[in-house]
Amino acid sequence: MIFSLSVTEAPYSHQASNSAYHFASAALDKGHGIYRVFFSGNGVLNGSDLCCPPKGEVNIISLWSELADKHDFELVICVAGALRRGILDADEAARQGKSASNLAKGFTISGLGQLIEAGIVSDRLINFG
Amino acid sequence: MSNDPINDPIKKKFLFVHRKAPYGSFQGREFIDAGLMAAAFEQELSMLFMDDGLFILLDQQQPAAIQSKDFSEPVKKFSSYGIDKVFVDAVSMKERGLDTGDFVIDVNILDTNTLSELMDDQDIILSS
Repeated sequence: MIFSLSVTEAPYSHQASNSAYHFASAALDKGHGIYRVFFSGNGVLNGSDLCCPPKGEVNIISLWSELADKHDFELVICVAGALRRGILDADEAARQGKSASNLAKGFTISGLGQLIEAGIVSDRLINFG
Repeated sequence: MSNDPINDPIKKKFLFVHRKAPYGSFQGREFIDAGLMAAAFEQELSMLFMDDGLFILLDQQQPAAIQSKDFSEPVKKFSSYGIDKVFVDAVSMKERGLDTGDFVIDVNILDTNTLSELMDDQDIILSS
């Protein structure tokens, strides 16, 4: 079965991203596919390369990057939520006249249409938030 | 799943369940925007307002005083986006002492059983 996931809460303040990650790992272990994980609302903060959790705490952003790289699925950050909350890739940083970008490896910034399209082409779309 | 959008478009039933009150958090607003986006994909779209999400529908909101955009504005655009299936949970409405005359658009009121049937009939349910 092909799954897509939606994450709508921030890391380190809510369990949503961790639960979604565990779901994705378990589904992949069972031979299912992940098509896309879409991060919106406060969930866009999962795409920040600048999160520095203390030693001994899980780095959920890195875990997402590694899992997506290993299994070749998309990590998409909602552009509207990202710009409001200060998650920028190099192109957006240049366009907005900002001094730095901070999008973590493996993530891309795109529109809400990516969530709807994921729902259309996947067998299941599951929301975590 | 193959998708030839021109000759064989996949059409799914999406239900957006709006449950969060406006203004206290921003998530409800972004969720409404997601609903409008879904309309652009020409899917079978329904909107359900329940719990504190009903307050999004209230007429006479005055958000200028708190430098916020009016949450009811995108709701008023529903019909121009082809969204005509707008539902309200009867229990939530009664609990909050609201009446259809309080809302900015026409809605269909659903009792608990009909609401279950609506959810059962969907392919995808997203909730704020």
